[in-house]
Amino acid sequence: MDIVSKLVDVTMDFETRIFGRKRRVRAVDRVSLEVRRGEIYGLVGESGSGKSTIGRISIRLYKPTKGRVFYGKLDITELPESKLRYLRREMQLIPQDPYGAINPIQTIGEALVEPLLIHYKLSKDEAVEQAHRALEEVGLHPSTEFFTRRPRELSGGQLQRAVIARAMILKPKYIVADEPTSNLDASIRTSIIKLLLDLREKYEQSLLFITHDIALLSLIANRIGVLYLAQLFEEGPTEKIVKNPLHPYTKALLSAIPLLSDELGLEKVYLKGEIGDPSNPPRGCRLHPRCPYAMDKCKTEEPPLIMVNEGRSVKCWLYYNS
Amino acid sequence: MSTLEVKDLWVKYYTFSGIVSAVSGVSFNLRKGEMLAVVGESGSGKSTLGLALLNMVPKPGKIVKGEVLLGGVNVLKLTPEEIRKIRGSRLSMVFQDPFTTLDPLRKIVDQFEEFLLEHGFDKSKSRSIVKEYLEAVGLPERIMYSYPHQLSGGQKQRVSIAMAIALNPEVIIADEPTTALDVVVQKQIMDLIDYIKGKYGSSIILITHDLALALERADTVMVMYGGYIMEYADKKELLNNMKHPYTKALFEALPRITTRILPKSLPGYPPDLRSPPQGCIFHPRCEYATEECRLKRPEMIEVGKGHFVACHLYR
Amino acid sequence: MRELFKSNVAGKASRALLNASRIILSNKYILAGFIIVLVFVLMAILADFIAPYSPIEIVGPVLQPPSQKYLMGTDNLGRDVFSRTIYGSRVVLLTTAIAIALSGAIGTLLGLISGYIGGALDRVFSFIMDSIYAFPSLILAIALSVALGPSPINAAIAIAVVYIPTYFRMVRGQVLSIKNEPYIEIARALGIPSTRIVTRHILPHVGRTLMVVFSMNSADAILTEAALSFIGLTVQPPQPDWGFDLYKGRGFILTGYWWMMVFPGFCITLLAVGFALMSEGVSTVISGRKR
Repeated sequence: MDIVSKLVDVTMDFETRIFGRKRRVRAVDRVSLEVRRGEIYGLVGESGSGKSTIGRISIRLYKPTKGRVFYGKLDITELPESKLRYLRREMQLIPQDPYGAINPIQTIGEALVEPLLIHYKLSKDEAVEQAHRALEEVGLHPSTEFFTRRPRELSGGQLQRAVIARAMILKPKYIVADEPTSNLDASIRTSIIKLLLDLREKYEQSLLFITHDIALLSLIANRIGVLYLAQLFEEGPTEKIVKNPLHPYTKALLSAIPLLSDELGLEKVYLKGEIGDPSNPPRGCRLHPRCPYAMDKCKTEEPPLIMVNEGRSVKCWLYYNS
Repeated sequence: MSTLEVKDLWVKYYTFSGIVSAVSGVSFNLRKGEMLAVVGESGSGKSTLGLALLNMVPKPGKIVKGEVLLGGVNVLKLTPEEIRKIRGSRLSMVFQDPFTTLDPLRKIVDQFEEFLLEHGFDKSKSRSIVKEYLEAVGLPERIMYSYPHQLSGGQKQRVSIAMAIALNPEVIIADEPTTALDVVVQKQIMDLIDYIKGKYGSSIILITHDLALALERADTVMVMYGGYIMEYADKKELLNNMKHPYTKALFEALPRITTRILPKSLPGYPPDLRSPPQGCIFHPRCEYATEECRLKRPEMIEVGKGHFVACHLYR
Repeated sequence: MRELFKSNVAGKASRALLNASRIILSNKYILAGFIIVLVFVLMAILADFIAPYSPIEIVGPVLQPPSQKYLMGTDNLGRDVFSRTIYGSRVVLLTTAIAIALSGAIGTLLGLISGYIGGALDRVFSFIMDSIYAFPSLILAIALSVALGPSPINAAIAIAVVYIPTYFRMVRGQVLSIKNEPYIEIARALGIPSTRIVTRHILPHVGRTLMVVFSMNSADAILTEAALSFIGLTVQPPQPDWGFDLYKGRGFILTGYWWMMVFPGFCITLLAVGFALMSEGVSTVISGRKR
């Protein structure tokens, strides 16, 4: 099994200084996961769960506080920027908000040509030609019309296509898509997802798809990882997770989907309260204040990640001893 | 008599780059205790509609035509003094972004109290009312003495809702109240809105882009596109008998978990409201578009009991 | 397609000129201020042609009041005040220009680097800049000028040092907020080198506020320069200098010889007003645009 990106026991702390008082937020807490070659790994969680941070760690935009990050077999945890630069061609990020993703003072054309000129010894004309082809490939046709426009002149869907074009222009093998469609209208979402899937097939890419929308992942992901307050709560093949979720939190996520949760025919689980403060998470199991199945043990001891056959794991005391 | 009657409402924005027809000829009635979901994507006009009902359309927007009758009285024709009395007490709004409602520099209790006092409440009673309504929305008492930035998104939204219902308004307009929130909290907030509807008999206008949410929670659904109403029906009727191609497209765009097929996508882009297409505003993206659709704007036709569609297919 | 890459110097320069003229003509204050400053600049450039006499030669009897022959009268040594006033504009404008250019360039550069790199470097620089900023600007300028020795260049340097923190803080603040924009993160993800990120992606955004600070700074700097020259820390006699002439004229005004003080003083004030008008106008225009 070929692995494209691997995080081993990764922890990420952020320090903020507000009025002289230091606050430490642990955005990621001892998470290990791997993205296999050719697969789409869906990472789901609410905002504040740490999923975006994990995405950025896996392409070394952040350096983890603890733990190790691998690209393929290469340990990139401590790699300096100068050496990382070559790898940047192979791993790219597609962000959530297309309007922030391209510098507003650049034209689309300039944004696409820039990475080409930085990484490859091309003439300007060659780079421009490749940029045009990239625009056509993502469906921005005719490319001449979009080349000279600025980001604010494009609609959300068009701009996200341009952002994708730029991400693909260096022909990466590993893409981290961080909520790429959450800011777009429903009628456009599918076409963008389709585009990502088509490009993935064409260029044989592996995808880490980050979202809060588990329904979407159920359709496109091979495996799903469920994140809650910086910890990985459950992981496994998509079909198994959706048809037979183990963790109460996963069950609650699926239960909360309007209209569609009825189709699943699952026992519904409802959580009370809210996700809690990442800088001061609950003791023991982080879900215990909200969990309808919370036992005494959950309040004091953090459950381990338990392997439950066929590549499934759960972080919950309910599955200890089974 | 309906609690709220909207008649032929037109709202335009007079911008430097052109005149944007944000709301075009919207009419509907809202009964007491009814929840109407206004569903549409960005540019559909749904948010402008919400603001227009309170006569709060910001410049360069202008309500150019139409009436908004609250208990028979046209809200749009009231003086600023009169409308100030109505806002919050008979017609209130919950915004998508709680920052609009909450002053970051003042404690929750102070803002809430001031709001009550402005509407004629007795100072001696106001503090207990604040406590009562915060409790009603599921917030602990200590929230009263916090500042907005100390609260989470869900908590802020609950405070906004508490303020919106405190004066027991007849109509509550909720503009994307849960979009910024996570799906589990979303459910809690919607449950709360349901509860309020039941207990206080308020009519609710839920503005959302999420058709699934609308179909799950609302009594009636109104689908908007490019400022026009595409379809309007009772929830059950709509689910069983969806007519308009756009409504169908939105429905088909919802992920269906049980199959592993990607939902169908709609080609094209939302219309440029400065120079909208001729004829039916949806025709450039409609797979059933005919010559007539390109030339003539469809009228609203009744295709079932209380079920209206604006589409030439159903003449 | 090719037009996109006609980014040659001529193109950029003419576009910049067009933008500048648009801004100048867009607002009454800017236009008024600009005209005033322009008059003085022309005065400085064309001094040789406008001034009737040499500013340092004795051309007539001492202490003559303004007349047709000596438009602004003569000073206590018999030099033509009018000519001295015209030539005096050179020192003021040159010193101020050099000072602003130096502080702008250094302050911006340090602000960019410090803001982008952050960490210990940023803390050290911020501390230094805050310390300088905390000093009353005039006193610091005088102290530096004295330490360096009186000369126009040293005065320019002294003034520059005083104003470096102004640019530093503004630029650094902007860099800090822009640094968190998604497109900066993506630029890193694309492997774009930091120097390019700073110059091509961050610096252009800073330009707008830089203009406002620039214009406000000029008004300030003029007055600081006048103060320094008043004390005699810029040019040495017999060179013409508004500030110093102002100083010299003090002794005579009580005995009724007002023209040696009033004209240079008026020029200082008018020039400062010109810059102040421009800065008012620029900040109005820029903040209006931002909306």
